[in-house]
Amino acid sequence: MREINVQQIIDTVEKLCIDANTHLPSDVKCAIKNCRACEDGKIAQGVLDNIIENFEIADNENVPICQDTGMACVFLEIGQDVHIVGGDLTDAINEGVRRGYTNGYLRKSVVADPVRRGNTGDNTPAMIYTEIVPGENLKITVGPKGFGSENMSAIRMFKPSAGLQGIKDFIIETVETAGPNPCPPIVVGVGIGGTFDKAALLAKKAIMRSIDSSNPDPYYADLEREMLEKINQLGIGPQGFGGKTTAIGLNIETLPTHIAGMPCAININCHVTRHKSEVL
Amino acid sequence: MARKITLPLTEELAKTLHAGDEVLVTGIIYTSRDAGHKRMCETLAAGEKLPFDPTDATIYYVGPTPAKPGQVIGSAGPTTSGRMDAYAPTMMSVGARGMIGKGARLPEVIDAMKKYSGVYFGAIGGAGALLAKCIKSCELIAYEDLGAEALRKLYVEDMPLVVIIDSEGKNLYEDGRKAYLESK
Repeated sequence: MREINVQQIIDTVEKLCIDANTHLPSDVKCAIKNCRACEDGKIAQGVLDNIIENFEIADNENVPICQDTGMACVFLEIGQDVHIVGGDLTDAINEGVRRGYTNGYLRKSVVADPVRRGNTGDNTPAMIYTEIVPGENLKITVGPKGFGSENMSAIRMFKPSAGLQGIKDFIIETVETAGPNPCPPIVVGVGIGGTFDKAALLAKKAIMRSIDSSNPDPYYADLEREMLEKINQLGIGPQGFGGKTTAIGLNIETLPTHIAGMPCAININCHVTRHKSEVL
Repeated sequence: MARKITLPLTEELAKTLHAGDEVLVTGIIYTSRDAGHKRMCETLAAGEKLPFDPTDATIYYVGPTPAKPGQVIGSAGPTTSGRMDAYAPTMMSVGARGMIGKGARLPEVIDAMKKYSGVYFGAIGGAGALLAKCIKSCELIAYEDLGAEALRKLYVEDMPLVVIIDSEGKNLYEDGRKAYLESK
């Protein structure tokens, strides 16, 4: 049994919150630059140039890429041979978020109650997703999630008879409905299967996966490529001003499901798709 | 080539702006988003005055990150404008003609824009670090309790914006996409 002290978790979460919000991952930067090279409209080119200049300023000056520094989505892969000592794990994650958002001059965007509102003032609580895995490591991923794009996400419980075409149409319909709102070019996370809640979790996990990676199953890897191409034929373009680049990535994650169902969730993310991990 | 314009956004100036125009804006703008708009509209409904003069004013839908020491303001890109649709016609009715944000607007907002010669400008969503560079001063004028959502008066220089919807109701989101698809 390996022991990990909560102090180490607090420090790591603080650092990851700040890093994720100031430095865009290289897969996302690379995809934006590639799309800029292929774009031929003047306004679309100008928008992508500004987006590139923006993440470069954030990198060089250590300032947030976007003012919506998100809800802190914290994914934990906890090795089953790890023993967390020195305090409560949930408290530790929230303390890390509190310190990261305060010391990193990040925006506090969380309200204490969904209906009665009221800002909590320190961006807590984090949204925590835990998974027990083999081994004696603890992997922490912080993915700050902005709500301009979160609000354009969707879930549908399909009848199995809807088949693959039903899912394809749903993806296009969701991106079409989102239009300019989620700050295109977007990243699309698709979760298929499981239960109602698991499908949504898969969609969120899909946007945490690098966009230069593919689903290991060739059937879904092909579907990822096909749907990305179809989305980019919609013409919505950067910021919705028209153009080739509506999405820079589309990832699909799946799970087995029930004989009676085919849940499908789509989590939309903006071009500021942030995630940063560390293994303790 | 982007056209340079100076605020306030008079009716005369508003009518020279057309959907798709790239502009560099200089002058005073005010920040407000969800909670601030709700409060301003409640103030107006109670027959009271707003914390600023809305005549020919432009409102930027933004909730910035806190300024680091030495900064005027933190990152400050636009938020989704559609959430302010419920309040925008009221704001235009008292003179606040300009809006800066991102994303689609409802037909009733566009109708109010035609009626009051309103202009909806787009700032690049997600480009908060870049847009902050154009903000030369920032003064908190009301609703401090709302944190990032407080009402601030900004002075901006050459802020790069695109006219998304003009005072005649022409809409870049529709025309830009159509033009791209027709060119294929």
